[in-house]
Parts: sequence; C-alpha cells; structure tokens
Amino acid sequence: MALLDVTDLKVHFHTRNGVVPAVDGISFRVEAGKTLAIIGESGSGKSIACYSLVGLIPKPPGRIEDGCALFEGQDLLTLSEAQLRKVRGKGISIIFQDPMTSLNPYMTIGEQLIEPLQLHFSMSRRDAWQKGIQTLEEVGIQNAERRMHAYPFEFSGGMRQRVVIAMALVAEPQLIIADEPTTALDVTVQAQILKLLRDLQQRRNIGVIFISHDLSVVADIADNICVMQDGRFVEQGERMAIFQTPQHEYTRKLLAAVPAGAKRPVSHSPEPLITITDLYTQFYGNRGGPAVKAVDGISLQINRHEILGLVGESGSGKSTLGRSILRLLQPCSGSIRFDGRELVHLSAAELKPLRRRMQMIFQDPYSSLNPRMTVYDTLAEPLLLHGVVDRKGLDTAVFELMDAVGLARANVLRYPHEFSGGQRQRIAIGRAIGTKPEFIVADEPVSALDVTIQAQILDLLLDLVARFNLSMLFISHDLAVVRYLADRIVVMKAGKLVESGTTHDMFTSPQQPYTQALLAAIPGRVLRDLDDSPL
Amino acid sequence: MTTADLHVIPRGVSLWQDAWTRLRKNKLAMAGLVFLLLVTLLCLLTPWLVAYGYEQQDLRLGAVPPSADHWLGTDTFGRDQLTRILYGGRMSLAVGFIATAVALLIGVTYGAIAGYAGGRIDNAMMRLVDMLYALPFMIFIILLMVVFGRNLLLLFLAIGAVEWLTMARIVRGQILSLRQQDFVEAAVSLGLGPVAIVWRHLIPNALGPVIVYTTLTIPNVMLLEALLSFLGLGVQAPAASWGLLISSGVETMEEYPWLLIFPGLTLTLSLFALNFLGDGLRDALDPRTAKD
Repeated sequence: MALLDVTDLKVHFHTRNGVVPAVDGISFRVEAGKTLAIIGESGSGKSIACYSLVGLIPKPPGRIEDGCALFEGQDLLTLSEAQLRKVRGKGISIIFQDPMTSLNPYMTIGEQLIEPLQLHFSMSRRDAWQKGIQTLEEVGIQNAERRMHAYPFEFSGGMRQRVVIAMALVAEPQLIIADEPTTALDVTVQAQILKLLRDLQQRRNIGVIFISHDLSVVADIADNICVMQDGRFVEQGERMAIFQTPQHEYTRKLLAAVPAGAKRPVSHSPEPLITITDLYTQFYGNRGGPAVKAVDGISLQINRHEILGLVGESGSGKSTLGRSILRLLQPCSGSIRFDGRELVHLSAAELKPLRRRMQMIFQDPYSSLNPRMTVYDTLAEPLLLHGVVDRKGLDTAVFELMDAVGLARANVLRYPHEFSGGQRQRIAIGRAIGTKPEFIVADEPVSALDVTIQAQILDLLLDLVARFNLSMLFISHDLAVVRYLADRIVVMKAGKLVESGTTHDMFTSPQQPYTQALLAAIPGRVLRDLDDSPL
Repeated sequence: MTTADLHVIPRGVSLWQDAWTRLRKNKLAMAGLVFLLLVTLLCLLTPWLVAYGYEQQDLRLGAVPPSADHWLGTDTFGRDQLTRILYGGRMSLAVGFIATAVALLIGVTYGAIAGYAGGRIDNAMMRLVDMLYALPFMIFIILLMVVFGRNLLLLFLAIGAVEWLTMARIVRGQILSLRQQDFVEAAVSLGLGPVAIVWRHLIPNALGPVIVYTTLTIPNVMLLEALLSFLGLGVQAPAASWGLLISSGVETMEEYPWLLIFPGLTLTLSLFALNFLGDGLRDALDPRTAKD
C-alpha cells in the first residue's frame, strides 16, 4: 500500500478577480523508500499542491474543493487544524528552499532541533538533546555536540541546509516534502545535499516528494516524475520513461530547455579587447577587521567577439571581478586595459564616455529595474544620456530595442511589476545593449529564471552577441549554462584563478582537481548520457 | 494601445502624469483636493466676500449664537466669527504650507545626500541632525524672534527649520536601503552622475513615506503656530489663526460653545481632506497599486 495516496486534489483560490484553479484535479502516490518528483515552472501549482496536504496554504483565499489524500489510513484533507498539527513534523515534514530564511536567526540550532521532539513526543530535554546530536551527525555535521550551541549565521549555506534537513528528520517522519531544497545552493554543495537526501531516504525507508523546476536536478534521484503545468499533471510516469519517451509536448519542451551541448567554436584570430593584469580588489572588514581579498591577483584576457565564461562557487569573487572591470568597484591595485586604455585610475568624468562601450546585465531582474520607470523611460535613459539618438529619433530607437530583445511594442508604457521574470530580464538586456556597447558583463543573468525561460534568454544573448559583435564576460555557477554559451572558460576559487581554457578542453580534460570536482557535480548525468546516445 | 506595430508614443508620459491620471480616479482623494482648493480660495478672497472686518468689534452685541446677520455667531467682543475663521485660514494655511514646503525641501535634499553619500559624510550629517534635535525648540524660536524681531515669514521659516529634521531621517533611511538595489548600480554602469541617480532613481522611490509624513507635518505645524501665538510669539489678536481661535474658544467653551465648535470643525475637515489627498497621492505615485 502506498504511503501517501492522493486522488483528484483540487485547490482553488478565490480572489477578487475570480476563482483561480491553482491545483486542478491531480492524483499521485508516494511509496515508502521512493522519491516522487513534481516538476513545473513557477506558478504551476506544485508547491500549493503539496502544502495543501498539510494545511499550509492561506485559507481564505485558498480552498480545497475536492479530493482525498490518504496518509496512514486517514484523509489529510478532512483533518482539523489540531489533528494536522500532529501530522506535521511527526508524520510529514518539509524542507524549504532557502536555508537562509527557514531557520530562526535568534535561536541556537539545538533549541530548534529539539522543539519538535519535546512537542510531539514529550521527550525530556536531555533525551531530545541527545537525539538532536545524533541527527546532526547523521546529516554530516562535524563536532555535532558543540555545533548544537551555534546560531544559524555561523553556518555556511550548504551546512544550513543540512541543519534544515536534520530538523525535518529529527521527529522521524514517514514522508518528507522537499521544496526546491538545492535551488539556492552551489553546484558542488547541491550534489552533496542530493546525495545526502538519497542516502537518508534509503537508510530510513521514507517517502520523498521532491519539488523542482529543474529536470536535471531530479534526473539522478527521482523514481517517478510528475510534470505539472497550470495546475494539472500533463504527464507522469517512471523516470526513464519520461526522459526517453516523453509523451506530452510540454515535457518535451522542458527536456529541450535543459542546456545541452556546447557552443560550436568560432574560429577567429584572438584580438584582445580587455587585458587584466594582477588585479586586486579588497573589502575592508568591519571595525578594523581583516580585509577580505575578494579578487586576489587575477590576470586574464577577454578577446573581441568572444563569450568568456567565469565560473566559481558563491564567495569565489567572480561577481567582484566583473564589477571591478566595469569600475563599479574600485580595485586596489593592478591594471585593466580596455581597448588599449587603462581604466583603474580614471575619474568618474573620464569614465563616462567609456561607460557607453561597456554595460552590465544583473542577476535579479526584480531589483535591477527601477519600479517607478516605464519600459520606455528605462530604455530611453541611456540613449539620451550618451546622445545615441536625439529626441526625435527616440521613439523609433526604443521600439527597435524592444524588437531586438523580443518585447511586444504595446508594452512600452508598462511598469516593471507588470512583467514576468523573463520579460523583465529582456528589458534589462535592452537597457544594456541600447548604447551599442562592445563589452557586456552578464552576472548570472538566467539563474533567477525558470528553465524554459532560461533557454529563451540564453538564445537571445547568443543571438545579440552575434548580431552586435559583442564581447561578453558571462558569470555563472551553472556549468551546463556556461558550456552552452561560452567560447572559453575561466574557473575562480577564493579570489584566485584556478584554470582557464577553451570550453571544449575544460569539459573534456580538466587539469585541476577543483575543476574536476565542479564538473563531477553537474546534475543530470542521466540526461547527458541520453543526449550523447541519439535515440 | 493595442496594435503591435506602434511607432509613436503619446507625448509627455511621466510618473507624475501617470500619477495624476490615477489620482483622478480616486474619488475620496479628489474630494479632499477640491475641498482644500475651495477653502484656500475662500480664504484668499475673504476681503471681498465678507461684510465685516476681522478686527471690527461690536461690544454692545457681545457673544451671540449663529443668526442671519452673523452666520457663525460672534465672539465676546462682538466680532463676526465667520470673518475671523476665513482670515485665520489665510494664516493657518500659509504657515502650514510654507513651513512644510521648507521642511520638505531641506529634509529631502539633506536626507538624500546623506543617504546616498553614506560612510563618513552620512555620519557627520546625521550627527548634526542629532545635535539640532537636542536643541530646545522654544529657545531657538525665541532667540530668532529676539534677534530678528517678530516677523511672520521668519516664523514660518523657523518652524520649517525645525520640522525638517525628522523628514531628513526618514528620507535617509529610505535612500540607504534603496541604494543597495541593483537598479542603482545599473544606473552607475550606464554612466549617470550622482545627482541624476538621486533625482531620477532614488527620490521617486522614496516618495511614499515622504508624502505620508508631509500630511502629518502640516497639522503639526498649524498646531505649533497656535502654541507660539498663545505664548505671544506668533499671530497676535486682533489678527486670527485657526489655532488661536480654537485655543481662545476652549476658554469660553461652556458659555459660548460655537466659538470652539466652528473653528474646530474647519480645522478637522481640512485635515481630513488633507489626509485623504495624501493617501491618494501615495497610492497614485506607486505604479504597483494601479488596478486594471
């Protein structure tokens, strides 16, 4: 018998603008010791479907209209709030996406860990504490006894996610709902956490519902996969069946969106546009603390018409390097030559004419656009500032920019909040290419986007680079994306350059152990194997 | 605006015009605006509208309740109350708007500079604000009056010069958090100078709290004026202001309640109108609250 058996679940949101069928009649089963992955883009209803089972959706406006969810012989959907509280934590527990916000910053890890034990099992404090230590050890935290007294801020992102997993496990639930548990993490850490989840699940024989927008993440760990779109499952089945013989068009679209393959090498004689020599950028610590060398003696070269991929984990200094090149941060020493001109000591006024020639695209399209400026104002500002066009030609220029980045002209007077993430990123890209720059720093421009949108934006970037003869520094932690886009790759770790080479060389014969570890951590091995063997 | 092949954009579309379009749809805010404009107009045209002078006494009459001759009654000196409320409105509205404008101008500029500059400059500027906070307000005003003589314009400026401190703090806090956002860095990388960044990108985003605080400042300032007048530092009888009329009305409220009720009602209604207008403005200036 299945651990959890959901039939025909319907959750509707009753808003002022009418009824939104967030979850529209889905059925699935989770077996003990198996992982069910629910895949879908943001807004597809995957989180709501799971949270409604344990009563964690806001009611109103949310309402469970229909369905049945059998868990340990009782229908979860008919339970009272008091009964549900017993289920949560003890029977079913949840691992949230962002380990930075899902722990209480003012409580020690230990206090947070033993809370469910004292609550659900009325354990004595001493016993609960012992159990907490055991669980921390089980999720791979060193010196668990001492770390029980630590506060969340004393842990790195990956370690925090381990703590969150420990919290989910400590009351020994039969079912875990993992809501994008690795989305906020680096690739290598993601690989560790996925492995940990897999091990724990098999050792304890628990069921897991793994929610994700990324097919390649679940490719290695899921037993069964449900593909969700607009509140319905468009396809569900066994993992390999989904990958090898996808039936529904949307599944095929998702599979196609996983960045695969490498960019074909373009052969042109390398002509340096930017030459960086021995660059250092430091941040001074608070209250006379030690300075942090975010960029620690980097030398590299970016050629004309090439996309240079800059890869590294969070904290490796890759964003700092990108911002230093554009002089958004002031380097302490070293040299940056842009088209033969030294940038490091230029004043703001001397830099202004050069700003027209180098631009930036930011990671988060939600904070990189001024919420009080329409698309028109946002795109027109750099054009007017640098005198690219006069007022008469402005409208035409703005419209042409919107065409170039694939925004409908009718949207010209809309504000950023009226757009989706992908469309916002298009606006930001339009702003960056408006002045016809030669060089663009793109800082993780697709990591905040859904997979299908991500693929569209990547293709847009490739298209623009070719069309406008751009050079680009493409910063990313996602190696699959970099492989898809970059001509050459530079790997950074702790402010230093680890290895550099052409994309092909880096992926086929990485020299440094760090690069090898990064490559090994790329999720979706199954997908790549499929890719290499044509069906 | 539905065709996909647009080529021309309706001219002059800015945040402010957009805001005006949205404000016009807000009935309560528009009612507030119309009411305030009406009151202001009445006060400005008072000398041509009323039959009495504000200082014109009729001691034989004394305080009489509202009648056909005196619509809102008279005070203990037999002066027409309606006339005095309208003349008082000139003073109160002037002090309210001028002092608040001064506070806005200094406070927003000062706060925006401190917030955007950050670091040591911010620290120094904000410590100065702290010092001015510590200065006893009354002594400051009395000192000004002693040095420059009693001058109404100076009074307005003095009140404004005190009220800007809180405004500066609010704006600085807003700017500090806003400048962490990527769109500010984007503006820097476009080559915009600090003035353009503060003016075009930061201040429009900080307007919400500024407007709310402004609508709170105006009544505050009006009451301050009443307090100063009561101490003999502001408006002196026979001249009138709403604050003065209310405070003298309080003294005789048991015998002649209309002397308190009517000026009080005028002030209250005006402040209601002001608050509705302020709320409407705040919503109108935020594109996110637009409903379509």
